[in-house]
Amino acid sequence: MEYIIEIKGLTKSYLNKKALNNISLNIEKGKVVGILGPNGSGKTTLIKILTGILRESKGEVLIDGNKPGVATKAIVSYLPDRNFLYSWMNVQDAINFYKDFYRDFDENKAYELLDFMKLDRNMKINALSKGMTEKLNLTLVLSRNAKLYVLDEPIAGVDPVARDQILDAIIKNYNEDSTMLITTHLVRDMENIFDDVVFLREGEVNLQGNAEALREERNMQIDDLYKEIFGE
Amino acid sequence: MIFNDNLPIYTQIMNLIKKRVVAGELKGGDKLPSVRELSTELKVNPNTIQRSYQELEREELVFTQRGMGTFVTEDKEIIKELKNNMASNVVKGFITDMRSLGFSPEEIIELISEKAREAK
Repeated sequence: MEYIIEIKGLTKSYLNKKALNNISLNIEKGKVVGILGPNGSGKTTLIKILTGILRESKGEVLIDGNKPGVATKAIVSYLPDRNFLYSWMNVQDAINFYKDFYRDFDENKAYELLDFMKLDRNMKINALSKGMTEKLNLTLVLSRNAKLYVLDEPIAGVDPVARDQILDAIIKNYNEDSTMLITTHLVRDMENIFDDVVFLREGEVNLQGNAEALREERNMQIDDLYKEIFGE
Repeated sequence: MIFNDNLPIYTQIMNLIKKRVVAGELKGGDKLPSVRELSTELKVNPNTIQRSYQELEREELVFTQRGMGTFVTEDKEIIKELKNNMASNVVKGFITDMRSLGFSPEEIIELISEKAREAK
């Protein structure tokens, strides 16, 4: 089995608080993997380490065999949990910006996705609604032909129509050569697109496995399992 | 689509397709939607759809032709058997529910006959 992500004994501390505590986790190539947990469970910290924004305190992280850095940034396409575009830009500027930055950016794919998302190239970034901004950010991220897509809360705070478009775009973009790592606490809306799920609780891996196998074994949907793990 | 039963998604998708076949919406020899199409329609991981198709193929309800797609069996016996099985499951579930409401088998039959006459 080939792994795109290998994590061994990963710990991240902020002063004396441990955001991640001795996590070990392997992510298989070609899978859609959900990282599930409530706010403050360590999802975003984990992702920021994978994308090279934060450094680990202890342990080892390998992406396609390399430590997070210049080499991995070239193969990892990352959707942060907030807008990353400058407000003076319009949609076309944002596309040009991405084209300049990433060698694996597929401009035609970007225009196709823009059409699909019903976004106009001339719209100004600061005039976009929250849902539109999310759709534009995702368009850019999915238009890279990356080995690993890391999507941090892609549907948080968007309306149901935009949410469906985002889910469609993710499913359409799925292919066996790339892996998707998606964090969410909106489990009900997203669980059907995951191959595997990882439950993060207070900085530790509480449970992980194939989503269908877990449904079969526990006799419940992943959302119900989530409520069982994180409820009282 | 939201799947509510406490079953794996691939089983629920198999049941969905079986219902379409039994209801005649999908007939013998009809092509099933491609994995991609159904995946987008239901907003479900393509690997899950693939699994459903494989299991349906194992049950001989569908067959795959390389490069052409997946088709509903033309064997009428298999479809008839599926129809009987599904009917039998509905009835079993109904009887269990009625027994839990305290009805005896005789009372259940009486009630059904009465309702069936009214429905005519």
